[in-house]
Amino acid sequence: MTRSAIRAALAAVLSIGMAPAQQVLINAAGATFPYPMYSKWFDEYHKKFPNLQFNYQSIGSGGGIQQVTAGTVDFGATDGPMNDAQLKEFRDKRGCEILHFPTVMGADVPVYNLPGVSQQLNFTPEALAGIFLGTVKKWNDPELAKPNPGVKLPATDIVVVHRSDGSGTTYVWVDYLTKISKEWETKVGRGTSVNWPVGLGGKGNEGVSGQVKQTPNSVGYVELIYAVQNKMAYGKVKNAAGAFVQADLSSVTAAAAGAMKEMPDDFRVSITNAPGNASYPISSFTWLLIPSKIQDATKRKAITDFLQWMLKDGQNMTEPLAYARLPQPVIAKETKAISKIQ
Amino acid sequence: MSASSTTVTGTRPSGRVQLFLRRLRGGDEAAYLITLAGAISVLLVTALLVVELYQNSGVSRRAFGWSFLGTSIWDPVAGKFGALPFIYGTLVTSALALLIGIPLGVGAAIFLAELAPPRISDALTFLIELLAAVPSVIFGLLGIFILVPILRSAEPALRSLLGWTPLFQGPFYGVSLLAGGVVLSVMIVPFIISISREVILAVPADQREAALALGATRWETTWDVVVPYARKGIMGSIFLALARSLGETMAVTMVIGNDPRIHASLFAPGYSIAAVIANEFTEATGDLYQGALIELGLVLFALTMVINAVARVLVASTGKEGTA
Amino acid sequence: MLSLTGLCTFVAAGALVFILGYLFVHGASSLNWDFFTKLPKPVGESGGGMANAIVGSAKLLLLAALVGVPIGFLGGVYLAEFGGSAFSSIVRYTTDLLNGVPSIVMGIFAYTLIVLPQKHFSTLAGGLALGVMMIPIAIRSSEEFLRAVPLSLREGAMALGASKTTAILTVVIPAAKHGILTGIMLNLARVAGETAPLLFTSFGNRYWSPGWEQPTSALPVMIFTYAIAPYDDWHQQAWSAGFVLLTLVLAVNVVARLMLSSRGPAAR
Repeated sequence: MTRSAIRAALAAVLSIGMAPAQQVLINAAGATFPYPMYSKWFDEYHKKFPNLQFNYQSIGSGGGIQQVTAGTVDFGATDGPMNDAQLKEFRDKRGCEILHFPTVMGADVPVYNLPGVSQQLNFTPEALAGIFLGTVKKWNDPELAKPNPGVKLPATDIVVVHRSDGSGTTYVWVDYLTKISKEWETKVGRGTSVNWPVGLGGKGNEGVSGQVKQTPNSVGYVELIYAVQNKMAYGKVKNAAGAFVQADLSSVTAAAAGAMKEMPDDFRVSITNAPGNASYPISSFTWLLIPSKIQDATKRKAITDFLQWMLKDGQNMTEPLAYARLPQPVIAKETKAISKIQ
Repeated sequence: MSASSTTVTGTRPSGRVQLFLRRLRGGDEAAYLITLAGAISVLLVTALLVVELYQNSGVSRRAFGWSFLGTSIWDPVAGKFGALPFIYGTLVTSALALLIGIPLGVGAAIFLAELAPPRISDALTFLIELLAAVPSVIFGLLGIFILVPILRSAEPALRSLLGWTPLFQGPFYGVSLLAGGVVLSVMIVPFIISISREVILAVPADQREAALALGATRWETTWDVVVPYARKGIMGSIFLALARSLGETMAVTMVIGNDPRIHASLFAPGYSIAAVIANEFTEATGDLYQGALIELGLVLFALTMVINAVARVLVASTGKEGTA
Repeated sequence: MLSLTGLCTFVAAGALVFILGYLFVHGASSLNWDFFTKLPKPVGESGGGMANAIVGSAKLLLLAALVGVPIGFLGGVYLAEFGGSAFSSIVRYTTDLLNGVPSIVMGIFAYTLIVLPQKHFSTLAGGLALGVMMIPIAIRSSEEFLRAVPLSLREGAMALGASKTTAILTVVIPAAKHGILTGIMLNLARVAGETAPLLFTSFGNRYWSPGWEQPTSALPVMIFTYAIAPYDDWHQQAWSAGFVLLTLVLAVNVVARLMLSSRGPAAR
């Protein structure tokens, strides 16, 4: 009597949380930049196909690259494309290629918390470089005062907030700073994790926006939607053509327009400091990192089906979340590239 | 010598083995072996832990050698890693925690052990020991939303009072070494109180009686006789609290500011070993980066090991000798 | 001096009351049925709950207990009943060493041991990290309560002809079971709140985690994730989760300590 009871209890325990046989759980990790978009997409896709679950953990682009290379997740996500050394490491470790698939376009905005200032601030490239290099220390520095006539800037210290984790959002930001500041290029350079000259670290886009929200006189960089969803003030940035542009769907789309002519086959392209009067200078594509060989047939089908859906229905959901949809030529090129996943 | 004298053929097991088998059937040996397995498991797990840490940090150890401990650069882009900023942050926050926690803790322990009526003492000790059970992440939660804003509003006062020292200069953002130290102090105080109280209670009655007989007041007895007698144990409790604070992760990560640089001022943000591992481990791209973080884990492990050993010696030696 | 030391005490004791009170005020008010039954919602949308985190934590604790309690208990029996040699001192020293390992280092250990070779995050890795953390305390507390059983009971059993094993199983352990049980409860309550070892072992999951081989959500990790984010709705959920976690942990602690103090270790 007791023995069968024990066996039954053991079976019950071992099956705790066991889902019905056809549940497919796909694990992914990476960028926090597109996290609001991805979490919406995966939620909608799950409603469509209840047996498919895409578990996406927003741990930063560096994490996405690392974990997909280590093989601990099925695919990754990043806004800083993998460089050649990282591509080689993936090839060596996993024996196949890593493919970049652009999903949406977004923008890094300079978000700030300045009590007493209600106007939207204009930032020049020099001001941004100076702030993050630590050479522009106070809010009423001439670099900030000049483009903002009529705004009463306080004489307080600027609190810089950057990312403490490996981040594609960082990559986009420092990629831009490297392009517009020689000093930044030599002193710091570009990467998903850099040696910041000044500032506090926040974990993820969530952490940086959280930190800026809590800290008066602070400035940080986050993906546009984080500033919008949390009703935080963000500034306009002067683009290569000399105009102060606010990040939104049209200015990000304009930035991508110039890059269309030179879209490489592997989709790794930077659109920061793009030419054009209406372009927002700190825009970027964001990519899913998908291995070219996926062993599990169910997972492979689920992922390729999702990509097809993402390029059609998914693109219709981007605008309410302030991400720009992919340009049509890119969508066409990507749809062909899906067949590379074996 | 065979216990059984009826055997003749050489195929029978020898006496020692027979004894073993008899005890095995009787259950004694089985119990011994099974429990021994449990004990050996502990040794195996610990050995495995050390081996894994050592092996997986190999890339970094070979690249940087001992200079890892003295370098203050943490540059993932250039592939240069050094442990100094994190060792600094860990030690500074723990030192601050002790600075706040020792007077508070020892004072409370004295009150609970010597001066308070027993019922009140028991009730308060109960409450304080519950504080030790509060998870670290909850301290972090309260740290972000209560402590940091309080520190921000207390900053002008602190600056005017202590701004002449380099410890309280420079800009203050809320998250800082100071915040880390204060949160840690709240977390380690229950340990200091709990152990010190027990150690003080364990001081033999004749010490107290002798002092009182010589005409000392209640307080003089406590402060000049009992506490010195217990001082080794109290020191031990402090070291134990220190070991605990060195390894604290979550609460510190949430309030320290995450800046891998060495600043003299407590107002500045900093970084501890545990915090940087927690923040950067999942995204350490490349073997060298990950190896450096694991090497940091090894350093932390070694640090806590040494401090724990000192603590054990101190706590154990109380009462062994009569220290006047 | 009385007043000064008394002040210290009330500050220390007051801290707990404050923490509990604050969490109650902020967390309890927004606790609703959704919190316990719903899954998290997409980023930026309000609502949703932490049902999967609660179940995830429960699974992790179950696994931790399966790992930590047997090894700890058996090791404790060994030290109490067969101890005394140099080997026992080595075991005790190693136990203390293991106890002093910071929880984040435990996480690294489980990551290199299980996550890397298996190539995925899992409940198994998280449970193992927590289980190893339970071992030292389990050994120490088991040993203590077994030792506290009076020698007379053991000798009585031996005098009646029982072998060592029979004596241990039928006399010593039952006499100490009270204390050992409370020790296990306290141990579980402690690891229930651990976050650091889970960050790169059980990782995180927005959905239910089937079985033991997939990443899982856990209550302390959710608190951390939601607390450092900017969304006010998430902050609210972090308070609620913190309240739930703290209440459970403290409840277990209070019950265990009351059980311990009501009956002395040598009570029949």
